[in-house]
Amino acid sequence: MDSEISLTVDGRRHTVAVDTRTTLLDALRDRLGVTSPKKGCDHGQCGSCTVLLDGRRHLTCLALAVSYDGAEIVTAAGLGPEDDLHPIQEAFLDHDGLQCGYCTPGQVCSAVGVLDELKQGHPSHVSQDLEATPEPSDDELRERMSGNLCRCGAYANILAAVREAAGRGQA
Amino acid sequence: MRELEYVRADDAASAVALVSGEPEARFLAGGTNLVDHLKLGITAPRLLVDVSRLPLDAVEEYDAPGGTGLRIGANVRNSDLAAHPAVRASWPAVSRALLAGASGQIRHQATTAGNLLQRTRCVYFQDATTPCNKREPGTGCSAVGGYARYNAVLGASPDCVTVHPSDLAVALTALDAQVVVLGVSGERRIPMTGLHRLPGDRPDLDTVLEHGDLITAVELPPSAAARRSTYQKARDRASYAFALVSVAAGLELDGDVVRDVRIAWGGVAHRPWRATRAEDALRGQQLTEEAVLAAAELELEGATTTDQNAYKVPMIRNTTALACTRLAAGEVSR
Ligand SMILES: Cc1cc2nc3c(=O)[nH]c(=O)nc-3n(C[C@H](O)[C@H](O)[C@H](O)COP(=O)(O)OP(=O)(O)OC[C@H]3O[C@@H](n4cnc5c(N)ncnc54)[C@H](O)[C@@H]3O)c2cc1C
Ligand code: SF4
Ligand code: FES
Ligand code: FES
Repeated sequence: MDSEISLTVDGRRHTVAVDTRTTLLDALRDRLGVTSPKKGCDHGQCGSCTVLLDGRRHLTCLALAVSYDGAEIVTAAGLGPEDDLHPIQEAFLDHDGLQCGYCTPGQVCSAVGVLDELKQGHPSHVSQDLEATPEPSDDELRERMSGNLCRCGAYANILAAVREAAGRGQA
Repeated sequence: MRELEYVRADDAASAVALVSGEPEARFLAGGTNLVDHLKLGITAPRLLVDVSRLPLDAVEEYDAPGGTGLRIGANVRNSDLAAHPAVRASWPAVSRALLAGASGQIRHQATTAGNLLQRTRCVYFQDATTPCNKREPGTGCSAVGGYARYNAVLGASPDCVTVHPSDLAVALTALDAQVVVLGVSGERRIPMTGLHRLPGDRPDLDTVLEHGDLITAVELPPSAAARRSTYQKARDRASYAFALVSVAAGLELDGDVVRDVRIAWGGVAHRPWRATRAEDALRGQQLTEEAVLAAAELELEGATTTDQNAYKVPMIRNTTALACTRLAAGEVSR
């Protein structure tokens, strides 16, 4: 069964007919040519397909495209143009927060979400006091980024990049 | 994957009518479990009824005996529930359980109802090429005599030895939550302690819900034990992993004497396991590590293990002691 849906991706509105079984990830990559989100595991276990969906970090592999008709999606490629990068993209470059780069678009979108969630005061599993405003400590950042795996093991530099973007400089 | 029809439900009643009227229909919420299962060939419905946009997304206070309760809409996302100020203040075990599960991305997508109704992570259940009584009744259980590290130690049957994977369900079971269900014959409430089943000879049935029953909300009653509660999870890595075992515990103390205690266990049985024998043994006692260990021991009488999952018995006992003594010392939570 086909349904027509519309998606706004990185500021561009698309209308596309998708089979019910098409995931959001496949719709983006194969139907709309948006290849920034990557297919790592296709089962929710790696985070490489992460985008910002209606403002929050979100997987696209465990999502049926029909269910997201009307969604506003921002991918890592849409965060900032090449000559005016998003601070998180700059920080990943400054700290070599990548090796092969496959997990990077997902890491970058996730980091944007993490900083936003910290700003809103959301607690995490490692927050000592559930009601206190969380600090962007290394433990907090590691826990919050744990939904993004990196097969190259670039974690130390990814952490450094997110730490800088969280305003903790070169600590 | 089989051809699949998709309908977005207009309201809760029509969603119930649609699914009840079609044996091969399923509700779709966040999709983090169901879409995975469509891909794995674990389920092959003909019709998906999308309930994710039904306005079941409010968290509201209600007057309850002894204070203010919280009614949580079925579509409230796991991340929003974990961060809700009232949950953090008065039901911290619920926040802790949610935050110990899945990842930040998945928690934004996963719903309250979907979390409770997620299916087991048994490796054989998820591998459609192997026999599994839960996936295909009558084919046998590959986990009996197979890879047994995650198997249940309480309440298992010869037909199924798996455990329920949800962290949230364990916290809700400890804190006496009720599930509000809309079925073809109207609304009813089911206590969390009675929602999930033991496998018996029908491991294909995870819960007591009928086909077409829609969870519309979860109600959390207030209690002193809920206000002083926590969730302790043991797993193979520090984050983004299901529980080996887990404990939701709540305490009300009078000095160092237990006035009220709630304990539920995850990772040990086919359903969240409310440890009522341990609770009864602790009420009126001084809260010491020894007392908690002895109470947990009592609850574990009759545990069955193989050499692969025998570690769960001391692990659940010690995790229970850790959770209770940390609560008593005021080390955790809020
Ligand atoms: C990699 C990974 C790691 C995870 N780790 C954890 C973890 O550590 N701890 C944990 O607890 N969970 C974990 N999860 C599971 C996750 O929490 C669940 O998949 C999620 O909560 C399911 O919610 P959903 O809204 O996406 O449900 P869906 O996938 O949409 O639905 C799940 C089931 O519920 C039914 N359903 C949905 N809504 C209703 C309703 N209102 N009434 C009746 N039936 C309904 C559906 O028909 C379906 O059968 C993990 C998942 C993944 C992919
Ligand atoms: S333990 Fe249960 S879910 Fe796992 S293979 Fe046996 S019957 Fe299937
Ligand atoms: S591809 Fe989506 S989580 Fe791995
Ligand atoms: S940089 Fe290669 S997977 Fe992360």
